[in-house]
Amino acid sequence: MDIVVCIKQVPETTEVKIDPQTKTLVREGIPGIVNPFDMYAIEEGLRLKERYGGKVKVLTMGPPQAEDALREALAMGADEAVLLSDKALAGSDTLATSYALSMAVRKLGYDLVICGKQAVDGDTAQVGPEMAEHLGVPFVAWVRKVEEVSDGKIKVQRLMDDGYEVLEMPLPALITVVKEINEPRLPSLRGKMRARKAQIPVWTVEDIGADPSRVGLEGSPTQVVRVFTPERRAGGEILQGEPEEVADKLVEKLEAMGVI
Amino acid sequence: MARIKVIEEKCTGCGACVDACPFGAIRVEEMAVIDEEKCTLCGACVEACPLGALELEEVVRTGMDTSKYRGVWVFAEQRHGKVSGVAYELLNVGRRLADDLGEKLTAVVFGPIGEDAVRELIYRGADRVLWADDERLAQFHDDTYAGVLAEMAQAERPEIILCGATSIGRSFFPKAAAKLGTGLTADCTGLEIDKERRLLVQTRPAFGGNIMATILTPDHRPQMATVRHKVMKEAPRQEGREGEVVKWSPRPENLASRTTLVEFVEEVEETVNLADADIIVSGGRGLGGPENFALIRELAMLLGGAVGASRAAVDAGWIPYSHQVGQTGRTVSPKLYIACGISGAIQHLVGMQSSDVIVAINKDPEAPIFKVATFGIVGDLFEVVPALIERLKRRKG
Ligand SMILES: Cc1cc2nc3c(=O)[nH]c(=O)nc-3n(C[C@H](O)[C@H](O)[C@H](O)COP(=O)(O)OP(=O)(O)OC[C@H]3O[C@@H](n4cnc5c(N)ncnc54)[C@H](O)[C@@H]3O)c2cc1C
Ligand SMILES: Nc1ncnc2c1ncn2[C@@H]1O[C@H](COP(=O)(O)O)[C@@H](O)[C@H]1O
Repeated sequence: MDIVVCIKQVPETTEVKIDPQTKTLVREGIPGIVNPFDMYAIEEGLRLKERYGGKVKVLTMGPPQAEDALREALAMGADEAVLLSDKALAGSDTLATSYALSMAVRKLGYDLVICGKQAVDGDTAQVGPEMAEHLGVPFVAWVRKVEEVSDGKIKVQRLMDDGYEVLEMPLPALITVVKEINEPRLPSLRGKMRARKAQIPVWTVEDIGADPSRVGLEGSPTQVVRVFTPERRAGGEILQGEPEEVADKLVEKLEAMGVI
Repeated sequence: MARIKVIEEKCTGCGACVDACPFGAIRVEEMAVIDEEKCTLCGACVEACPLGALELEEVVRTGMDTSKYRGVWVFAEQRHGKVSGVAYELLNVGRRLADDLGEKLTAVVFGPIGEDAVRELIYRGADRVLWADDERLAQFHDDTYAGVLAEMAQAERPEIILCGATSIGRSFFPKAAAKLGTGLTADCTGLEIDKERRLLVQTRPAFGGNIMATILTPDHRPQMATVRHKVMKEAPRQEGREGEVVKWSPRPENLASRTTLVEFVEEVEETVNLADADIIVSGGRGLGGPENFALIRELAMLLGGAVGASRAAVDAGWIPYSHQVGQTGRTVSPKLYIACGISGAIQHLVGMQSSDVIVAINKDPEAPIFKVATFGIVGDLFEVVPALIERLKRRKG
């Protein structure tokens, strides 16, 4: 089974700080990490390969430095990696990104595409489902377990707000995974060595045969017109006293505010 | 190709754009220099420049004829035959947007939910209900939901369609938007109409709520957005309000799903789930062990709320993952969030800091959770929570 895992490099959230003076994000020197949800996607790809054979190929679209994310996936055990990178892709929204990725995924060849639930920078969770539509394959989001793959079908559990559903669909297909699905492995020493030496091909818009008018800013229906820092919550009031006293105070305050 | 242009005659190198750039893509070398590798063309610098020295070079977008699209739609989600609360929230926002545009508000609903539930959508502000009353739409599947919604939108051409940012909405709505070849803004917390341009102004948090972005879909229709649950109020009910019910017969190919449901396993140990809860009581590592979640549960039950948890508690195996709040769990914004024995790591905060009122109970006065707490209690949760439970029991009488 050929598996393509789509991963994104994102800034480490813990490091995203607000400059108290300018009230904007401080991003200087912030390390890029593999989007946390994509770590589960990589791990699931590796586990499925171990169970059913085949290959795990990782794909990312981003600037040249996104290559680091691919090396991390290679170190964990992925077989191949491709970087989709082209100035013409800058400013792509989810529709344009998912279109470009879908063209690269076609070129790679696949039975299953695995995405993370969402990327923690944009927090949209849209690229996976949109890619499924571009590829014309069935998909299930929020997968918390792959039960089995057999007879050209995949059976998965989808996490819902009120429980989970077991669903089945024919391959090729696409899934997006949540954290509960597995515990990502640490890269082995050998894996790290291999990853360091690996040659990573860089594909352009032309290489994947994408329509240039459908990528980048031009191919993006949405337009970000303003980015601003939300008003920070001011730290509130500290309630003091014996447990019974603070319990009384708290209940009174919550009642007065009408929240209980 | 699009890029940010620095107008040399106007730029003084003041650095206002450097501070405004969320991506660290600008430095000043006498004048602003844009690192195109890092630039995402978000436009924050253009907005921030006091001298008008930055410009986003005009791009020709391949749009569509937007004038043929009219009216506002909201998708009224149902689960197991019952319309979700988020549908009434959407009707409230949708009503305001439709009034601002001077257009009709349509509620779209799938599956056999019964005449009463359909009438309720009208009582809650819909002028029209577009009802695909088909057994095959009772259960949610991405193929059928995206297919039928796109089919309706292609035929009727609404200018705006809103959907709840729920597990269902965030799964099929992107697929529908891709089918329609239009833009979609995720998880919005603010929606307005720019009356001059007849555009939907969409505001949403990104980077775990560290920044907010305002997004437009200027040249494509419909303008689509998913809306965060519990941020908007439910529409008031006007018994007897009149509206039109239009039954829709979907094309057969859109009623065939490639995914099949094998079974549904209900997994909410409490009566309310996190997404729907107005009140959430969460426990963290400070609880010390799984048995102590009984305290959290009791408090939640008394308040009619749901139980949440930090990742530390989930990873320790004290409570299932479906209860995890935070970056790798769920994002919640209830009216009241009570954090017990949770330190308030950034990954936890991003999942709950938009709650209306936050109460923190922690014995460490330095815990970061106190920075976001409306009411902080520095103390042992094993003393404070029981006292709170006692007090609430007395209140109930
Ligand atoms: C990529 C990534 C994603 C993550 N995603 C999430 C996420 O989605 N959600 C999440 O929650 N975390 C997440 N984390 C983990 C996060 O960084 C913290 O480790 C976690 O939130 C800590 O949980 P905690 O507050 O329960 O535990 P701790 O940090 O150990 O805090 C326990 C607190 O309890 C207090 N305490 C102890 N005993 C008592 C007592 N008797 N009475 C009162 N107070 C007491 C202590 O003072 C302490 O402040 C993520 C981390 C990473 C790296
Ligand atoms: N630039 C990208 N390159 C590769 N995969 C991506 C990219 N952007 C998003 N994805 C995939 O889509 C998922 C959802 O991302 P998003 O829609 O941005 O929240 C991620 O977890 C990745 O698996």
